[in-house]
Amino acid sequence: MGAHAHAANAGHAAGHHEHHHHEESFVSKWVFSQDHKMIGKQFLVTAIFMAWVAVIMSLIFRLQLAWPNEGFAFTNFFLGDKWAPGGVLDPNMYLALVTIHGTIMVFFVLTGGLSGTFANLLIPLQVGARDMASGFINMLSYWFFLLSSVIMLASLFVEGGPASAGWTIYPPLSALPKAIPGSGTGMTLWLVSMTFFIASSLMGGLNYVVTILNLRTKGMKMTRMPLTMWAIFLTAVLGILSFPVLLSAALLLLLDRTLNTSFYLSDIHLAGEALEQTGGSPVLFQHLFWFLGHPEVYIVLLPALGITSEIISTNARKPIFGYRAMIGSILAIGFLSFIVWGHHMFVTGMNPFLGSVFVATTLLIAIPSAVKVFNYITTLWKGNIIFTPAMLFSIGLVATFIAGGLTGIILADSALDIAVHDTYFVVAHFHIVMGMSAIFGMFAGIYHWFPKMYGKMMNTKLGYAHFWVTFICAFGVFFPMHFIGLAGAPRRYYSYTEFPMFDSVVDLNIVVTVFAIIGALAQVLFTYNFFYSIYRGPKAVQNPWKSNTLEWTTPVEHIHGNWPGPIPTVHRWPYDYSKPGKTEDWVSQITPLDPGEEEH
Amino acid sequence: MTKLLILIVVVLGILAVAQLARVYELTSKLRGKREEEIFDADNRMNATLMWLFPIAYFGFFLWLVMAYGDKMLPVAASTQGVDTDALMNFNWWILIITFIVTNILLFYFAGKYVFSKDRRAYWQPHNNKLELAWTIAPAAVLAVIIIFGLNTWQNITAPALPDAMSMELYAKQFDWTARYPGNDGMLGATDYRVISGENPLGIVTEATINKRLEEISLEKADTEKELGGLIADSRREELEHRLGYLDRIAARIVNLRMVMAQDIKTKGAASAYLHGADDVVTKDFMLPKGRETNILIRSRDIIHSAYIPHLRIQMNAVPGMTTSMKVTPTITTDSMRTIAEVMQQVDEINAIRAGKGQSPYVFDYLLLCNKICGAAHYNMQMTLTVTTASEFDAWLAEANKKPFEPASTNAEQPAAADGGIAAMPVNGNDSSTN
Ligand code: HEM
Ligand SMILES: [Cu+2]
Ligand SMILES: [Cu+2]
Repeated sequence: MGAHAHAANAGHAAGHHEHHHHEESFVSKWVFSQDHKMIGKQFLVTAIFMAWVAVIMSLIFRLQLAWPNEGFAFTNFFLGDKWAPGGVLDPNMYLALVTIHGTIMVFFVLTGGLSGTFANLLIPLQVGARDMASGFINMLSYWFFLLSSVIMLASLFVEGGPASAGWTIYPPLSALPKAIPGSGTGMTLWLVSMTFFIASSLMGGLNYVVTILNLRTKGMKMTRMPLTMWAIFLTAVLGILSFPVLLSAALLLLLDRTLNTSFYLSDIHLAGEALEQTGGSPVLFQHLFWFLGHPEVYIVLLPALGITSEIISTNARKPIFGYRAMIGSILAIGFLSFIVWGHHMFVTGMNPFLGSVFVATTLLIAIPSAVKVFNYITTLWKGNIIFTPAMLFSIGLVATFIAGGLTGIILADSALDIAVHDTYFVVAHFHIVMGMSAIFGMFAGIYHWFPKMYGKMMNTKLGYAHFWVTFICAFGVFFPMHFIGLAGAPRRYYSYTEFPMFDSVVDLNIVVTVFAIIGALAQVLFTYNFFYSIYRGPKAVQNPWKSNTLEWTTPVEHIHGNWPGPIPTVHRWPYDYSKPGKTEDWVSQITPLDPGEEEH
Repeated sequence: MTKLLILIVVVLGILAVAQLARVYELTSKLRGKREEEIFDADNRMNATLMWLFPIAYFGFFLWLVMAYGDKMLPVAASTQGVDTDALMNFNWWILIITFIVTNILLFYFAGKYVFSKDRRAYWQPHNNKLELAWTIAPAAVLAVIIIFGLNTWQNITAPALPDAMSMELYAKQFDWTARYPGNDGMLGATDYRVISGENPLGIVTEATINKRLEEISLEKADTEKELGGLIADSRREELEHRLGYLDRIAARIVNLRMVMAQDIKTKGAASAYLHGADDVVTKDFMLPKGRETNILIRSRDIIHSAYIPHLRIQMNAVPGMTTSMKVTPTITTDSMRTIAEVMQQVDEINAIRAGKGQSPYVFDYLLLCNKICGAAHYNMQMTLTVTTASEFDAWLAEANKKPFEPASTNAEQPAAADGGIAAMPVNGNDSSTN
């Protein structure tokens, strides 16, 4: 296949040269661009915007949690008198904000944003291709993503408010507008938005898989690919296999909502009236949802792990320890993630034996996860570490992955999950292991590949300040939540004032909120640094981090087709850092092996 | 408003910091350095911070444990909860040790192996023995965790003892209702179509069926009457719709009556349809200490979750199905109030409440809703009272004097006769429970 792919690429390259002289119009360059690098940047900027929306939402509900039922001008400023009379957040709006915050963060920032940015930017550059297999479908993937973002944002303004049933939108709550105001138009828009989102994801994913399988340059064996490629490859496969299931779940829900079908509904008496739907099961939805939902958490996490593998190796100036074990763990995690979804449903009344099976499969995932952590740590051992901001965020990811992965073991133990399911303990767990790890991976990727994206450098000092404040605040926000959860406090509660039981722990909510505010402000530093550097940052050199991978052999100025001449041939794996017998502490993948040199 | 001003000031402050960084960048450029290069000073600073961070991290952890450790849930008050806590503590030991060791290694290496031009990183692409070791080690530990965990899970979820009492928790937006068996020791069948003001749980009896059918035919009559008059087209459509709905529901209820008759014919006295009339429907949630009780859980509208943190038990309430969890409480509410750990927690809470001028807190077990269910989800609670077995028996005998459908009364005057709490049946589904 390698040779064949190469031939195809060469042909493309030849065709490309003439093409190159066309003046590109503004629209085809900046708007309807089919160039993977531009599409990656479009994903990134959209995701940064969406992330800010989600951050502001979280500040609004954090204010309510810390100082329940008090009025805040901040809250009123964003929500107006309808949803925050006197600045006091409305309980329905509280649930709506939590729901949309989660939806945006999980899907729009950490799925669309993270995969969309780095898969698009890096796949052709790191495997040595002129572009994605289909530039057009790739462009559509972005436009569907943008459309779904716009619809999701529009849903904030409808009568009744946006979807409010939690990001997991369990029916019947999400199916019946009479159950909660957010299950009216807001919920319909949520489903429509997610339909476009899934379409975008599938188009992207298919492109990523096809490109990685077919368009690798000569010499780029699968076992010479950077771990970013492996991670993105598996992510795309997981998405292709699991998102369609969410789509069907969403479509059935849409039918229940509009055509009175009863896939998820049975024996319901609501608002003084018996509904006619019988025979469905709300638990069916949960099975379908989590069949995507669990792989989804790895869709979010794997690209971040791939990115940090690359960055840690580069900046420790040391080969990633256990390259093949890392690939093996990615594959194992990918496979196992499809047979663990039931761990979200231990208390739905599932057969206890089935529960036992999910306990075992879930805990098995901890093995490849542990291997990854040990390998990261060993890569640092006796390294020669350069602390770029990207490196800091990568090390931060390892720390959050440890903390969150360990609490996962508690949750996976069904007997223990009974006691902590749906409490703040779960909120702490998934924010640390998924939220923080993936966000750190994303920041690491942005700092590392900014020179590749914009030909400019970001300000390092601001990057340091950004990292340390964010890192400290991440733990300040999420660590205390373990304790709130172990005190028995349920999640998705508007306030804890209705019974005295938690009065002695809720002041931790103030600690959390203060850290959240400081942490959010630190993101102003980042946003400023990002946009300022695009225009005013110092010009980047071709390979600022002395990195081995192919993307650093392309010119700083973006050109269509990536390499001005033929695509370089790859001769070695990407991790020849500090290899004995070499003068430099790095050897680009395109450098042929010396006579008698072992590959690694 | 002042808060908004503060916010603006803070944002401006950040922009000022950012501007300073730019000035720094420009001056270093003037000094002929490229800003984006990482200098030894930068590396050293970050390396130092890598060593300082875990101190802060573990310090924060320690502070949380010291300051809040005694505010966590007190001793588990059920045999199931005692098992859970034992498993939990066992897990914590493993996890905390792993947590500390891996973090120390991570931050120690990160700080120690900081860049130096004079050094080269150690070339070590892999080491199969090491990798095998740290695949097998977690696998072995996890095997222990899995075995211990599944053992506990099995104990907790095994079917309740055959002679255990079954009672029911019934959820709806946004409250709970309890149902206890009457003198017959069995809970009656339910169906959501016979739910009404007087029959909130939808208990199925001959009387509730007739009552419901009667209500429906009254509404039909009213609707038809209105249809006979002069009305707008939209209203007409609405009413016709309604009529169709009422017909279909009535047909279902008639069908239910047939099912009921059939069930009674085949099962005789064992039929759940014969056991509803004497059920006790109540807002008092009582459990006996030392006896295994099987809690059946149903929902009228959407998913809720019955969560009793002090007993460490939880189970979803799912419309259309009956779920269950068993529990054997080990400490009565009264004794719980005298346990030192609990008294200390209550004192602390009361000190806080006194500061805010709020009424004092007395310890009680709480049943909380733990599945998002709408605006008042955060206030969907019920007090659980655990008493000694004999106190419980006395309470139930007393409660039994106010059954859902007093034998003497007919369908026209059901619950109202017993007055007060007794006759509040909750809602029902068509699943029958025994
Ligand atoms: C060592 C590996 C892990 C284990 C054993 C584990 C286990 C679990 C379990 C059992 C739950 C369900 C808890 C409950 O709802 O009561 C859960 C929740 C969750 N986990 Fe993990 N997890 C692991 C890693 C991850 C990773 C890597 C991610 C993300 C990338 C993640 C994201 C989540 C999320 C988002 C939830 C919350 C779902 C909700 O809304 O309820 N977990 N985890
Ligand atoms: Cu999961
Ligand atoms: Cu609820």
